[in-house]
Parts: sequence; C-alpha cells; structure tokens
Amino acid sequence: MSTPVLDAPVKTEAKPSGITAKDFKSNHPDWCGGCGDFTVLSALQNALAELGLEPHKVTVVSGIGCSSNLPGFINTYGMHTLHGRSLAVATGLKLANHELTVICTGGDGDGYGIGGNHFVHTMRRNMDLTYIVMDNQIYGLTTGQTSPTSVKGQKTKSTPHGNVENPINPIPMAIIGGATYVARGYSAKPKHLTELIKGAILHKGFALIDVFSPCVTYNKEGGFPFFNPRVKILEEQGHDTSDFHKAIDKGFMWGDEIPIGLFWKRNDLPALHELEPVLNEGGPLAHRPLGVSSENVKALIKEIM
Amino acid sequence: MPKVDYAFGIGGEAGQGTATPGNILARIFARRGLNLQAYNAYQSIIRGGHTFLTIRISDGPVRTFGDKLDGLLAWNQDTIDRHLKLMTAGSCVFFDADKIKPGTPNEGVRLCPIPVKTLSGTSTNKLLANTITLGSLLQMLGVDFKYYEEVLSLQFKKKGEAVIAENVTAAKAGYEYAAENFKPYPTPLPDPGKPLAFTTGNDILAMGGIAAGVKFYCAYPMSPSTAVLMYMAKHARKLGIMVRQVEDEIGVINMVIGAAHAGCRSMCATSGGGFALMTEALGMSAMMEVPVVCINVQRAGPATGVPTKTEQGDLWQVLGAGQGDYPRLIVAPTNHLDAFKIMPELFNLTDKFQCPGIVLSDLLISEGTASVDPDELRFDPEIDRSALILPNGNGNGHAANPWGGVRDKTYLRYKITDDGVSPRAVPGVPGHVHVVSTDEHDEDGILISDEFTNPHKRQKMHEKRMRKMDAVLASIAPPKLVGPENAQVTLVGWGSTEGVILEAIEKLAAEEGIVASQLQIKWLVPLHVDAITNILSKSKKIIIVENNYSGQFARYLRSETGISAHGHVRKYDGEPFMPHHIVDSVKEQLAGKTNHSVPVHEIMV
Repeated sequence: MSTPVLDAPVKTEAKPSGITAKDFKSNHPDWCGGCGDFTVLSALQNALAELGLEPHKVTVVSGIGCSSNLPGFINTYGMHTLHGRSLAVATGLKLANHELTVICTGGDGDGYGIGGNHFVHTMRRNMDLTYIVMDNQIYGLTTGQTSPTSVKGQKTKSTPHGNVENPINPIPMAIIGGATYVARGYSAKPKHLTELIKGAILHKGFALIDVFSPCVTYNKEGGFPFFNPRVKILEEQGHDTSDFHKAIDKGFMWGDEIPIGLFWKRNDLPALHELEPVLNEGGPLAHRPLGVSSENVKALIKEIM
Repeated sequence: MPKVDYAFGIGGEAGQGTATPGNILARIFARRGLNLQAYNAYQSIIRGGHTFLTIRISDGPVRTFGDKLDGLLAWNQDTIDRHLKLMTAGSCVFFDADKIKPGTPNEGVRLCPIPVKTLSGTSTNKLLANTITLGSLLQMLGVDFKYYEEVLSLQFKKKGEAVIAENVTAAKAGYEYAAENFKPYPTPLPDPGKPLAFTTGNDILAMGGIAAGVKFYCAYPMSPSTAVLMYMAKHARKLGIMVRQVEDEIGVINMVIGAAHAGCRSMCATSGGGFALMTEALGMSAMMEVPVVCINVQRAGPATGVPTKTEQGDLWQVLGAGQGDYPRLIVAPTNHLDAFKIMPELFNLTDKFQCPGIVLSDLLISEGTASVDPDELRFDPEIDRSALILPNGNGNGHAANPWGGVRDKTYLRYKITDDGVSPRAVPGVPGHVHVVSTDEHDEDGILISDEFTNPHKRQKMHEKRMRKMDAVLASIAPPKLVGPENAQVTLVGWGSTEGVILEAIEKLAAEEGIVASQLQIKWLVPLHVDAITNILSKSKKIIIVENNYSGQFARYLRSETGISAHGHVRKYDGEPFMPHHIVDSVKEQLAGKTNHSVPVHEIMV
C-alpha cells in the first residue's frame, strides 16, 4: 500500500539541520505491550521530525488517562494536566504564546466525556491546536469501564450486561462543531497517521484526529482484529475533503467499512489568535514587557475623575 | 471635625435609575474633593423590585455608607412606604408631587414635593424626574450649577447633544425650583478641594491587576464579579491584554493556568459557585508550580444563594479549596485602595513562590463605590518575577544542548532547594525542555506516581512545595492593633468590614464612652499567628465581627491560634453591617446580656 499524501501546504521555514525522530525520544512508555498508543507516539515523533520542528518550540498538553501519559514519553515541553482539561489549558497556553506549536493528546473519556464542554467550545473557536484522541472505546487506566465511544452492546466492567447507550461519534460532531480539520487515524496504519498528524500541525485552526488505538487489555471486542478488515483509507477513495455533507456521511459510516483519513478540511476561516488584534504585533504576549504606558495610565485615571 | 457628613438614599424599581444618578452625584462630590462611599442594594431583576442606593459624603474620612440618611430621593411610592418611617429630623424627602403620596413623616423631616411634570416641560422622558430632583438636592447643598452641568454633559456624552440639552434644562428647572421653594441644608458643601477619583471595588481590582502586568484574563460571568470582566474587556485592546469569556469556570482557571505557564501574568475573577468549579485546577497550579491569581467575590450562599447580596461565607471554601495539601496565598482586601495595592503585591508573591493566590473580596467591597486619591493609584509598582526564565530573558540559548530534555540533567524544573523555590522555565526556552504534571513527580518533572511510586521522593517533593510557605510570612505585613492596648474590648474583623468596625469604634467612644480597639485581618493565608496571638493575648475582651452565620473566621482563628473569642457579632441576611449594628451588639455584650449578637437589618431592601 502506498502512503497517501495529504494536500498539506508547503512549509516555508527552513528545516533546522539534523532533527530526527530520535530528538523527540524520551522515557519508554509505561503502556501495556501491544497498546495502540505506541504507534501514535512514534507517528507524532516522526511527524514533528519530518516537519523539522525543534523540541523546545513544541508543547504537548494532555489530560489524564493511559494515553494522556504521552507528554512524559516525548522530548518536547509538556503539560500533563487534569482529567478532561487539556484543551482549556492548551487554549490559554497558545493565546499566551502563539508561536508555540501546541499539540493535545488524550483519550476518548478525557476528551469526549469529562472534557466534552471544552471540546465543543475549542472547536467553535477554531483554536490553532492539533488534538489527537487515542480512542479505545474504554476507560483503560481505571481498568475497563464504559466510555463515551463504547459501542452499543459493549460489555465493560461498568456495563456487564452490555452498554445500552449510544456512543458519541466524534467525526460528524467535530465537522458540525466548527473544527476545520477533521480526521480519523488507525494505530495499525502508522505512515498514514504520520501524514494526518503532519497535515494537522500545519493546518492553521482546530484539527481533530480521532485515532482508533485499541486497548489490548480491556477492550477485546474493539481491537485490531475488529478494525483490520474494516478500515478503508479515504485518500485512496478520492474523497473530497471540502464536501461538508459527504464528510458527515462518511463520518457516520460504521460496520463492514469504516473510513479513516481526512474527512473535512477548510482553510478559509482564521484561527482565534489571528482574530484578536492584541496579538497583531509585539510577539507572544508572554514575552512582552510588563507595565502600563503613562499615556494609558492617564486615560484610566481620567475615566474615574 | 469634618464640616459636612451627609448621606442620601435613592430608591426606585430597577429600570427607574439609581445607578446613573448615583454616578452623577459621586462624580460631582469626588471632583470637589469630598470623600464618599456608595452602596447599592438591589435584586437579581432587570425591571421591578426595589433598588436602593446610599451615597455618603464628607470632607473627613468616609469608611461606610453609614447609619442615617439626610436625604431620600424616592422615585416611586414603594420607596416612600419603605423608607419614610426611618427618616429622622433634619432630613429632606424628595418625591414627584404628582405621583407620590408621602403620608406623615417623623417630626422634623422636611417633605420636598417636586412638580416633575410642570418642570419637565414638553419632554416625555421619564428619567428627567431624576435629573430635576438631583438639581433640587444640589441647590440645597450649595453646589454651583456649573458643576452639575459639567457632569451631566460628561454622563450623557454618548447619547448626544439633544439628550444633554434636555437634561441640562431639566436640571436647571429643578435647581431653580428648590431655590424658590425649599430651605437649603444648614451647612453647604465646603469649597472644592483637591479632586478625588471614585470607583467600584471590581474596577479597582481590575486596575490593580493591570498595574501588576496582567496580560491574560478570562472569566465566566457571575454576579457580583462580572464587572471585573467588563472592565478588562473594555480596556483590553488598548492595553494589550488578552481577555476572553469562556465556556465555564473550569475552562477559565485551566486557561489561566495555561497562559501563566507560557509566562503571562494571568488572572480571573468569579464568585463562590464559580470558585467551587475551579478548585481542582487550583491544586494543579500548586502542583505544577504555575502561579495564577484568582479573585473570589463572595455573595450570599450556599448554591445560587442571593446573587445580589453580600456575605463573608467563603472563607472555609478557599481555605480548603481542592484536594490535598498545597501552598496557597489568600488575602482579603480591607478597602478599595487596598484592593488596588494588593494586586501587584500578590502577583509578585505568586511569581516568587510559584503557587496560586486567591483574593477574597465580597459584594460590599466589589460593588461598592468609594473615592480614592488618584495619586495613590500607582500603575508602576515594583515587579518581581523572581526565578522565571523566559525565552527572551535570562537563560536564553545558553544551554549546551538547546533540545536537551529528560536526558539532559543540567536543568531540573523541580530542583529541590532550601527554600523550595526552583527556577521556572517556560515553553520555548532552549535547553530547558521538561514536562509539568499534576501527578507527583521527581525533580526533572518525571512522574513517580505511575510505574514506581517512591515514598521517599514523594515526601521530598511534597516538603519542597510546602516549604515555600515558610518564607511567605516574612514577606507580608503583620496585622496591627488600632487603638489602645488596654481598651475595654477588641473588635476583630477581616477583609471588607474594616471601615464599618472602625466607625463603630468611633461611635462607641463618642456616644457611649466605651474604649474599643480594632484588629483587622487582611492576610488569611499565611496567617500571622504570632503577631495575632501577641496582640489578642493582651486584650481584655475579644469580639469577632463577621458577615456569616457560623463564625468562619472565629473558628479559623481558634484553629490556628487556640484563641476563642469572648463574643461574636454575625450578620447573614445579605446586607452589610451598618455601624449601629456593631455598636448595639458591643453594648449588649459588654452589659453581659449575650455573647452572640445577630443584628437585624431595619431597612427592607
């Protein structure tokens, strides 16, 4: 199978010499052997290296859960925050220093469950963030309870008789919610995933990559054997990523054929930091000198006289 | 002795206008150099209800809106019905002669009916009644009309020349009507002195944050803290501040922490309910050692409580905010100017000790208006960011390996030091790559909570964080006793009650010959235990005055110092203390009648 090439814009900045995926290697992950998250980590490391980003100019922000341990396993700045809060923390970080490349990582429970409100609002703001959700349809770190993406009928420790609720489908949700780059990856397709991540990082706006990243310990039903015969790469099917309705239809597909790849992308909307005049000039907010000009002080005092 | 000490009440239903006339009066008085305090009692309603604004002025200090009214400006019958019986000899009551039937006032109260319809001429603008009535009041106070005209022009500038002209004409009519029909107040306002500024507590907290160098502010609207958001939003672009209204208070505090981690001085404000949502993340601020400042403007709780009423009911909430032990700073400003000045001080301390700082304000101080000397509003305070390393500052580019991370041990984010403070590099600095986490971690930031928990490392890191508090106490001023050491009674309060307690003490001395002293606590965490113990151990009788049901400060004081107060004055009806509430309570307690007084608010607002 050939690796699909996404229509990513050409990067103009010169690539610092000598950056390789090794520069992004850190401590060895504490995930279970065979966990899908290993591939996501290496795909992210490869994507960063191939884009020539320097480790100190990247911050990876996560919540809590197995996959949220990722910042500890990659050599970039990292914030391992609270359960569900990665997008909110990353929003503050990005607005305070919009020159940083900010990547959020986490799981389905973290992002679509406890963090659901931030997810919805970060999308409508079109924050320039790359959000990689390692979706295993289960709560792994708490040893196997149902998650917002658990399929109907799925037996977990908290739904021993089978899940009766409908799952969230993050793809149509993100397309409707205002995300401007919406993709799905699969842990068993690392090169494809790397390309999706590169495209997401280069995209100016909110990019969601929901990655099927099977939990080999607690989700026996939704594992590699389930996905392997079903996933179909959109890039090989001539899918038009600018067709809103088709993107949603594809996003809802589930069964014998489950599409992965880039569903939806639009480049015509500015990211939030581009809309805020405060950031127009003067560099990142966080690096500007503190203090108020005497002219502004006079104006503030005049208002209350 | 001050020449004048007047207080005026303006009452009507929401929408009839109390804030605008209050603002006009405040501006006229402050511009003459008079001190003032104003407090608006209102409800959570856009139209209707009963809104009552009290504004008190003097050429001497004004610490509270006081006990008595010298004038009542009643916009509707309901206001007359509620307040006329409380008006005392010498006071004037202004009302629309065509619409309001005053009934019989107390002896010596002067009724000043104003023929609003006649004086309005052809205009149908109902709010002109307010302009006319203020004209009459200002005439009776001996204020030259030009000052009124000047402020009206400023107040209605945005509404255009026609509205200004209409108001000035009406104002003049009211002014002249009073000159012909009413006797002036016995003492006219003194000649104008050095002009003063006037502002609300929320606005001045925002200004204090701006002076401290806040570059990131976000919030979710919640009464009575919303004005901080509005002030910041209004000035954001001019001052280069990122201001955002976000999805909820959980989002607020997490964004503030994200921005602070990038290196911004970051702030948010909320009330008790919003603060409750923030508490987990405040622990994150402490665990990651990322400094943030959060203002909690207390309102009457619990739950939704009384959104437009004041209380000091969140002390235990902020003391215990979040799980686990962590270093935090908590300060309760004692007056408006103090609210301004503590902001840069708190930001310096949070930067230095890399922990969250909480400002415990309340509706009384935050929504109350007060005059301040503009020269005291120093927007160039000392800024000390301590061990911060920014990409464009110290530490920039000098590391041997700019991409060095976990394998490069030359920089340790959580280096264990004697004072617990470690150098804080922000993302973007070469050679300082690290991870901050809410999990317990080692000196390099690497988690110790998951694969191999290590009790010895955990203990060391916990002690490192908590040890920072040891040095804070020396950085903050201890509370001081006001009044003689051998006073008959020491009144202890905290935060916003400073002014009303001090006025009560003056009244006790002047009216009852009772000598009382005051100990007002501003810094709640850390608490100056030794200084407080030293002062209170010499007190003959300790009475704690606070705006809550359970004596939250009394219990805190006992837990930290072992000192149990002899008596308590507690008010939890939503309205602030008035001086006489405290005077009467102290009297009954000194007489041995009780050791627990709960004053009754006489004014139904």
